[in-house]
This record gives sequence, C-alpha cells and structure tokens, in this order.
Amino acid sequence: MKKILRNIMGIALVGALALTSCDNDDDMSPVTPTPTGPDFSGVYMTADQMGRPAINTVFVSSSMKDEFNVTPPSQQGAKYASAFAAGLMGLSPAYANAGDKNALGLDAATFGSVLATDVLTVSTTAPTTFYDGTNVLTGRNLADDVITVELLLIFGGEDFTENPTLSDDNVSSNDKDFSTSFPYLATPW
Amino acid sequence: MKKLQKIWGVAALFAVGIGIVAADHIDAPGVQGTTADITDFYAFQGENTSNMVFVANVQGLLSPSATGAAAFDENVMIEFNIDNTGDNVEDLVIQAIPRDGKMYFFGPVAPSAPGVSSMVMESAPMASVDITAYGSQAEVATENGMTVFAGPRDDPFFFDFGKYTEIIGGTATAFDAVGTDTFAGSNVLSVVVELPKSVLGGSGTLNTWVEAKRK
Repeated sequence: MKKILRNIMGIALVGALALTSCDNDDDMSPVTPTPTGPDFSGVYMTADQMGRPAINTVFVSSSMKDEFNVTPPSQQGAKYASAFAAGLMGLSPAYANAGDKNALGLDAATFGSVLATDVLTVSTTAPTTFYDGTNVLTGRNLADDVITVELLLIFGGEDFTENPTLSDDNVSSNDKDFSTSFPYLATPW
Repeated sequence: MKKLQKIWGVAALFAVGIGIVAADHIDAPGVQGTTADITDFYAFQGENTSNMVFVANVQGLLSPSATGAAAFDENVMIEFNIDNTGDNVEDLVIQAIPRDGKMYFFGPVAPSAPGVSSMVMESAPMASVDITAYGSQAEVATENGMTVFAGPRDDPFFFDFGKYTEIIGGTATAFDAVGTDTFAGSNVLSVVVELPKSVLGGSGTLNTWVEAKRK
C-alpha cells in the first residue's frame, strides 16, 4: 500500500515537473494563483521595422541592413543620409550630373536625406495617396503603384522622361481586387 | 578583360540595389524568413473618411499550400508607431499580439518608453478578435473604438521583381512592356486596425511606421 502510494506520488511529481518544464505559465504550482487572462509580460525588442516601401531593401548596403532595422527613425537621418545620396547617384544615371534633380525638385543629397528617415507620412485631412501627380505622400493605399513611383523618382529625372525602360515595371495593379470595406485586403489564394 | 570591366561597371551601378527583394519582404538577414519579417506597411483613410486604417503584413511569399500552417508568433508583437509632433519619435503606439488563437490590440497609448524596447501596455484600451483561419470568412471585431482583423490575406504588393533582378544582375537592360507580378498568387499574414483619426492627435500630418518586436 505504502509502495503503491509512493509510486503514485512519484508519477505525480514527474508529471508535474514535465508539465512545468514545457509550460512557462507554471500554473500547476499551488502557490501561484491561476492567471485570469493571457500573460503579456516581458520586454519586446525591435527585430524589423518599416515606414515607406522598399527603403531598406534598395538603399541600405547588405552589411548595414540589420542595423538599419533597429535604428529608431529619429536617428536614421543623421546616420544614413549621405549613404543614401551616394546610393542614388550610384544607382541612377538621372543623378549623374551636378544639379540633377527628380520630379519633386530634389537633388540626390536632399532626396537621400528625405528617404533616410524611414517613416510614412500620413495626412489626417487629405485623401490618401502615395503620389497622384499632385499630392505626395499623404499615406499609402493598398492599390498605390508605389514601386513605379519610386522608380520614377530614382530614374525618371526632372520630368519623368529619363530612362523610361527603367522607371516603370509595367505592373500597375494587384492580382486580386481590394474591398472598399474593412478589412480591405483580398481573401488569400 | 573588357568583359570583366563591363561586369564590374554594371555591378557598381547597381551595388546598392543588390539584395532587393520587394517592399520589405526578406529585407535583411536578421529577420529573413522569420515570424518577425515585415513585408509591408500601409496607412490610409478608411471607408468612413473620419477613420484611419493601419495594415501590417508579415511572413510573406506564402504559397496557398503553406498558408494553412502559417501562424502568428506569440513572442512577436506588431507595433504601429505614430508621431504626431513631427520629431519622428513615437507619441502613440497600437500594439498587436496573439494569444491562444486571438489577436489582442492595445492602444492608441503612449509607450512606456519610445524606441527599440517595449512592454505590452495592458492597461490601454483593448480590442481582441479571433484570428481568421485559412479558408474561413474574415473574423472582424469592434471594441473600444477599434475595428480589428488578423489572419491570412492575398499579398497586396505587386512588382515585377523577376525582371528587376535580371536588370540588377546585368542579364536585362529594361523592364518588359507588360510586366509580370512576382507576388501574384502568394499570401501574407495581415493585421488590420481601423480607428477614428481624432484619437491620433497631430495637426494634419502624422509620421508612422511599424515594428515587429520579439520577446
């Protein structure tokens, strides 16, 4: 009888240990009250971040991509503006000559400085567009052709006529239609 | 020798572009292919034009056959950052974090501290929604002024990445007259929150960005 009881206690103990070892909530312990809701405790550290589309992928050199992802936007301008300007001049013939600007009237140094702080500006008063020919960066819609806008601002020169075969990928819309109602994105394939 | 010079010239021209994948899909080695890899971020005026909508997509390039098994990571918080004073420091955050099949949204609330290190602001206004299962109708909830969604969606991003790669690699010199959307037919995991513009502060313009933060 004693032996059976000891065995049962032993099994219970092993079971409790096994349970606690794979359950960080540790709610088997008699001294810990059962949590009333999910446990959200702990410190969460930045792994990835993004403001405008394609900034880290296009403008940041391979060795600095991880660092860019964990640099707060308020510190990105000072750290990356000159590298972004050099990148623009290296990437695009539209910035090859002194005084070259894009269609926003920004030269490589100024545009590089704008892009280096990777935040998406959003208007709370105007309709949303990434760029519609008049309004610039009042947000980003699902349907906005952001890559072509960025290619035009990188390769298109002062009036969007330079390097025409590099300044539009000729994919202008998504493969599924978006909804006008929440949650707006299309159902998965 | 001349050929080598030409190759180097092309390489130099596109040096900063090497490794480009897409909007932010697999943008850096530290997050590539992980549950914290952001693919895209959107901020736009809602159907109700008094509202703002924020969308964060993670874990891109999911084939239909891989989508059912894809899941949000309980150790990864998605944090929408809102600067309403123009200094590029977040004044408000909206935090989305999954637990046991639900996505919990806290905010908008001032973070405990701005920057790379965050706690979940559990005392902030909260909304929660069942994470929509692959193949099921979208689960939507509205609570404390926030309308929320979490689950798999079609990747809304479109780009002829294949041709761009060829241009970068020097095997093509131009985009095609009719491009091919590299992201056609692929899915992402989406987090969507809509809320009144009036709770975001500011005087007309906000600076916004999204982070994936790992415990």
